[in-house]
Amino acid sequence: MAQEIYRAIVDGILIGGVYALMAVGLTLIFGVLDIINIAQGVLVILGAYLSYELAARLHIDLFVGLLVTVPAMFVIGVVIQWAFIRRLRGRERTSMTLLVSYAVALIIEGILYEIFGPNPKQLGASYVTSSVHVLGFYLSFIYLYGFALALVIIAGIYTLLYRTGFGRSVRATMQDETAARLIGIDVNRVAAITFGVGVAVTAAGGMVFGATNSFNPNSGYDLISRLLAIIILGGLGSIGGALAASVFMLTVESLVDIWSPEWAIVVFYAALVVVLVIRPTGFFGRQPVRAQ
Amino acid sequence: MKADTAMASIRMTSVNRPRAMAGLAVVVLAVGAVGFPLVFSSPVVTNYAVYALIFAAVVSAWNVFSGFSGYISLGHAVFFGSGAYTVGIAARDWHVNGVAVFALLPLAAAVGAAIAVPFGLVALRVRRHTFIVITIAVFFIFQLMAYNLNSFTGGTVGVSAPFLPWSPTSFNDHFYYIAMGCAAGMIVIAALVRRSRFGLQLRAIRDDEDRARGLGVRAMRVKLAAFVLSAAVTALVGGVWFLYLTQAQPNSAYDPLFDLSIVLMAFLGGLGTIAGPVLGALIIEPGQLYLTIKYTNGYLSEILLGALFLVIVLFVPRGIVPTGGEWIRRLRTRGRPASTTSAPPTPTSAALPPEASEAPAREAKNGAPAREARR
Repeated sequence: MAQEIYRAIVDGILIGGVYALMAVGLTLIFGVLDIINIAQGVLVILGAYLSYELAARLHIDLFVGLLVTVPAMFVIGVVIQWAFIRRLRGRERTSMTLLVSYAVALIIEGILYEIFGPNPKQLGASYVTSSVHVLGFYLSFIYLYGFALALVIIAGIYTLLYRTGFGRSVRATMQDETAARLIGIDVNRVAAITFGVGVAVTAAGGMVFGATNSFNPNSGYDLISRLLAIIILGGLGSIGGALAASVFMLTVESLVDIWSPEWAIVVFYAALVVVLVIRPTGFFGRQPVRAQ
Repeated sequence: MKADTAMASIRMTSVNRPRAMAGLAVVVLAVGAVGFPLVFSSPVVTNYAVYALIFAAVVSAWNVFSGFSGYISLGHAVFFGSGAYTVGIAARDWHVNGVAVFALLPLAAAVGAAIAVPFGLVALRVRRHTFIVITIAVFFIFQLMAYNLNSFTGGTVGVSAPFLPWSPTSFNDHFYYIAMGCAAGMIVIAALVRRSRFGLQLRAIRDDEDRARGLGVRAMRVKLAAFVLSAAVTALVGGVWFLYLTQAQPNSAYDPLFDLSIVLMAFLGGLGTIAGPVLGALIIEPGQLYLTIKYTNGYLSEILLGALFLVIVLFVPRGIVPTGGEWIRRLRTRGRPASTTSAPPTPTSAALPPEASEAPAREAKNGAPAREARR
């Protein structure tokens, strides 16, 4: 029993790292553009399919393939922002951006269905199947590698935000868009690049997700609802919060999973509701802004 | 003085003609709606009509809460599905048969309202994105419960409706009139709410909740009342939908696409208007149904639906009814440029929403200046 709990906690932390990778992109996009990108879930799946194609057709290693898929997803993100999100203004912007990103998700999902069909796929590699014996239980290498990758990328985003001039413009835009514009920051450029970066990380998230789970074009919905719960719980726009909430939620889920796999996901959402009753801004949320 | 009476008479005609036209339009629509199944008796056609009317009622109910208050709910499938399951489970456990199952519809509404109270008390504490995400989270909790509570909800298999003693040829017609009754009732409720003090408070919350609160609107109470009203009607219509379809499964009764469809319909027609959501439902639901029936694999219809979403949001962002109203107004004022430039700063009848222009119309007949009538 003790070992099961121990294992659940280790699983929760490792998988939580991967979810953090996807959630960081979502919360970064929210912080700068003030929108929730519903398409994030299906973009993760798109990233997984890109890795799948590279591995199956060109026999490129999953991690090496990221050198191709991450820039590709960055371009896709910039295009989505430029074509659809940029145009939306006015009072109903919140709900309209939701609808637009949902529409993008539907279109991408439909295209993936047309190309790959509904049969589930999983990414394969030597380190997916082989495992290491740690502290009395077996752990697949992909979990360790995926967690390490998540840490590297989150550290990279952190450096980008806090150690570069571009990061300073991003943080300024997050604090006050109008003021940022006034001091000469090209807010549109910041928004486009941030959206691109937020989508680009889904390539890495998708690769690890695809190697640890089987997926089909429909998997995006389950993923996006979890990611939304995570970023709300962590506090919208807070990168540290996304990290903490991912690990917390996934650990809770894998602990409940020991007793009842069916109810594990319910507990996931119930935890969100309970936390928000006590603390409406989430763990690390900023004070709520005046509703417009 | 002469000019004044002339103005009054102009105002009178310009006020009365649109009202008469609107009244006529309502009568024509009502006659058309009642006569529809008599003209198009094919069950294939009435099937489209029943779904369109069910959605007209639901979107209108959604709009009374979300459209008026500005809190976009993506969790109304919770009420729709719970209404369906309530009727199904009650009929199964209490052995209700035949036409008597319709007596269970008020129970469905009551269950919807009972769910909405705690749901609203939690969700309405937060605003904007967070509210939307909480409604999504609650939605998933309900869908998963429907899957997991096997002995109560029937698990993946779901519940089936009792047999209704209606011949296959008249089955759709009966449901057509029931759905039409729901839609008409909901439109009347929406219109009443919109012209009432309650509706005004809701719209004040939508425009600026903190200011509304400062002006003495009990925001939580008002929001919750609208949420519960909307939930009760949605659950009742969910019960009707269940009896029509004769079965409910977790993924069809609690359907995430349902939530997005009703938001899209309301946006297409015009958020916060009375006619808009109904119009949106009558346009989109048959189209969606046609696509799913025609392309059974569903992928192409999904791509087309997504493209339609994008076109609507990017090109008709405010909806058909507000945009169309603006065009008509622009056409009308271009026809009579003098009346707009020389008119006193009273709001002209054309610029007023229909319910607001009613009082001046009544007074104008008695010759009193319209301005004083608008206190």
